[in-house]
Amino acid sequence: MRYSYYPGCTLKTKAKVFEDTTLQTARALGLEFAEVEEWQCCGALYPLNTEEVFPLLSPVRSLAQARAAGCTKLVTLCAGCYNVFRRTNRTMRSDAEVRGKINGYLEEDYRGQVDVVHYLEILKNDVGFAELAEKVSRRLEGRKIAPYYGCLLLKPRNEMDFDDVENPTIFEDFLRALGANVVEYPYRTECCGSYLSMANEEVAATAVGRILTSAFKNGAEALVVACPLCKYNLEEYQKGFREAAGSPAAGIPVLYFTELLAEALDVREQDGQ
Amino acid sequence: MKRIGVFLCWCGSNIAATVDIEETMAAARKMPGVVYVDHNKYTCSEIGQAMIREAIAAHRLDRVVIGSCSPRMHENTFRKTVEAAGLNPFYLEIANIREQCSWVHKDKLTATEKAISLIRTAVAKAARSEPLFSTEMSIERRALVIGGGIAGIQAALDIADAGFEVDLVEKEPSIGGRMAQLDKTFPTLDCSACILTPKMVDVAQHGNINLITYSEVEKVEGFVGNFTVTIRNRARSVDMEKCTGCGDCYAKCPSKVDSEFEMGLAKRRAIYTPFPQAVPNKPAIDRANCRYFTSGKCKVCQKVCPAGAIDYEQQDQLVEKKYGAIVVATGFDTHKLDNYGEYAYGKHPDVITSLEFERLVNASGPTGGKILRPSNGQPPKNVAFIQCVGSRDKAKGNPYCAKICCMYTAKHAILLSEKVPGANAFVFYIDVRTPGKDYEEFYNRAYEECGATYIRGNVSKVFPDGDKLVVRSVDALSGALVELVVDMVVLATSVDARADARELAQKLSITTNAYNFFNEAHPKLRPVETQTAGVFLAGACQGPKDIPDTVAQASAAAVKVVSLLNKESLLSNPTVAEVDIKLCSGDMSCLAVCPYGAIAEKFIEERHGREIRKRRVAEVNTALCQGCGACTVACRPGAINLKGFTNEQILAEVDAICL
Repeated sequence: MRYSYYPGCTLKTKAKVFEDTTLQTARALGLEFAEVEEWQCCGALYPLNTEEVFPLLSPVRSLAQARAAGCTKLVTLCAGCYNVFRRTNRTMRSDAEVRGKINGYLEEDYRGQVDVVHYLEILKNDVGFAELAEKVSRRLEGRKIAPYYGCLLLKPRNEMDFDDVENPTIFEDFLRALGANVVEYPYRTECCGSYLSMANEEVAATAVGRILTSAFKNGAEALVVACPLCKYNLEEYQKGFREAAGSPAAGIPVLYFTELLAEALDVREQDGQ
Repeated sequence: MKRIGVFLCWCGSNIAATVDIEETMAAARKMPGVVYVDHNKYTCSEIGQAMIREAIAAHRLDRVVIGSCSPRMHENTFRKTVEAAGLNPFYLEIANIREQCSWVHKDKLTATEKAISLIRTAVAKAARSEPLFSTEMSIERRALVIGGGIAGIQAALDIADAGFEVDLVEKEPSIGGRMAQLDKTFPTLDCSACILTPKMVDVAQHGNINLITYSEVEKVEGFVGNFTVTIRNRARSVDMEKCTGCGDCYAKCPSKVDSEFEMGLAKRRAIYTPFPQAVPNKPAIDRANCRYFTSGKCKVCQKVCPAGAIDYEQQDQLVEKKYGAIVVATGFDTHKLDNYGEYAYGKHPDVITSLEFERLVNASGPTGGKILRPSNGQPPKNVAFIQCVGSRDKAKGNPYCAKICCMYTAKHAILLSEKVPGANAFVFYIDVRTPGKDYEEFYNRAYEECGATYIRGNVSKVFPDGDKLVVRSVDALSGALVELVVDMVVLATSVDARADARELAQKLSITTNAYNFFNEAHPKLRPVETQTAGVFLAGACQGPKDIPDTVAQASAAAVKVVSLLNKESLLSNPTVAEVDIKLCSGDMSCLAVCPYGAIAEKFIEERHGREIRKRRVAEVNTALCQGCGACTVACRPGAINLKGFTNEQILAEVDAICL
């Protein structure tokens, strides 16, 4: 199946390994990801002001292009991009006024015909976790992995409709398909501190500290994420723990889920990071 | 030409402040057929009514139009007024110039214009009104009470004490309902069982009460005074005549399932009575979980029964009975917690609902009245009570307040301090609402004497940490984030209407609100009646209610039933539909739209030359017809008229507004 693929800024820079492992694994699973041409930044945050519609122009451009290319699904990876695209698409389907303004400006007639999906959803629904488990050649037997959802994949619940907001299972099901041991811990859907890592480091540090300590206490050897910002925060503040000396949670690797997928499918090429 | 009198009511300043009475009177004088116009500050008062009666005599009026409040308010009053002056009561027409005019407008000029238009409409209709006459109908002087909780028990006892026969239908094997599950009751802390069980026994022993358990209402037909109700007696698999209630059967039954009565905290057998004080104290076989019914082998209960009362061959039985009045007392369900994953209910055994907590505190409950953590059987040191779970939550629960939770949570905090010395209660609340006699004092006792800590805040998350639970909230009064480590979390679950409330409402032709609670006929003045005559409401099926309110409402409903059954006969409503068989085409469009099943087909014989032909026409059962008028709209040849609202009258009204 052919998908329109929207990588987003971070996957081309800091999170190159996220994109590389995604494209390697997609190829191995027979999925065709066609990158949207001349895509622009998604806007990073879905505008909280309902009157502010112009931040939606960029995602709609990509969506309209996906439609013009004949794709019914547009896949994203970064949880931030996914959140913005998913909500933009919903607005384009349901809000006639915003739709009119945006289409008028872009000279398009986009009405939400394309579905915005996350790579995890493709693995779950289009490939199927049972089928995926069969394709795994190097099962992650004995590896204790803690899934970390963060906020943007799940919330707001009514707009994202990604999984059960309080008790999501898609990451766990994915990890089990790869043969890993899933670590249960209560902080998997807590906020990582998000952009507060720029403005109020202490808040972010406290948030990350709680997540890592809880995961560690429950036996995690690694955390798996779908968001470059979560990964940045979770890694950045571990350095602080190392300096504070003695925090047992320091040094837990934080991986993109695609890294584990590439490993399990044995398709990971050497990539310089 | 008719001689019409128009009377305008000021309703104090309610109408007169917005509608120019003088100008409206002047306009009314010019309307066709109007021979007399007057006004009064309060027309519904004795003076106002006397004025109308005198004017009818003095000016030989034969039709009366009153411009006042809604006819739902005073139509009956004014009908009696004109009847007392010698006119047919249906010669009265009310123009609603209050609710539909003065109350909803601010500008006097336009409100006056509209009032004149409404008066003109009523005058046009009154000029075409015909005299209507009620007929007398007999009454079946027996009552049906649906639901055997405290509401149904109280209503049944009161009606029976007044000397009328009552059938009390309960769907469970025993009466008792929610109140039987409770431990203590607020605000006096008397033991629920001690005050309920004697009433249950009274029901069983009352000569006028016929107890029908393990049964449900299948179908309701008829109308006030003459309901025909089909009751499904579910197969109990136990012969009630032979069974002595010895209990040998459930002692030996090998299949164990979660007990509904114990909220799943204990097991019951497949043959069971819900609780030891059950009335009747005779078991039923839950066939879905019975080994014999699921696998064909077992029959242990039959072997051990000394009375030979076990009967696997029993079938559901449909019984048809007649009643004059019905009391609906079907109670409530607790809110489902599917939308509240953040509270870890169902994920951690120490997160329980308040009804489960009732069972833990109850001396006859699964722990013998000791408050113990379900996870390890140890008494809790710290307990968090979360209020408004599913209540006052527009986003994912009920927007309304469940009314009882503040009080029962205060009760739980008090009971915790009594039963587990040294234990701490933390109550998370949005607002504490305790209107009611001695209620505020009771709540004060929870924190003043029993040391409960009240924290104003909506809990955002409950999660396990080792063998403890962490409760995260905000303390809204200080603005600080709160994280409490506790041993047990009790969720004050909201009150929902019964899952099958809408279905029952349809059977009874009564209405529900947006949350499926049954609607009373008037929220203030007719709180136990429904819009369907002869059907009354008691208890939480009408809206969340505590025990004192429930019992009061049940007794009120009983009085209404008694005053109805006390009558020798009832007067029928004459504003019913009438078929003109000369115009009826027999296509029966009316039958399809009638919500009351009041229309039937009839074949009449007509002579065509020498031949006699049969022709199908519609016929209205005037006893069933409620006068809604749906058929008159559906009738293409215009053969159906609603008496008191004839097509001619309605067209005259339209002309009066438009021309």
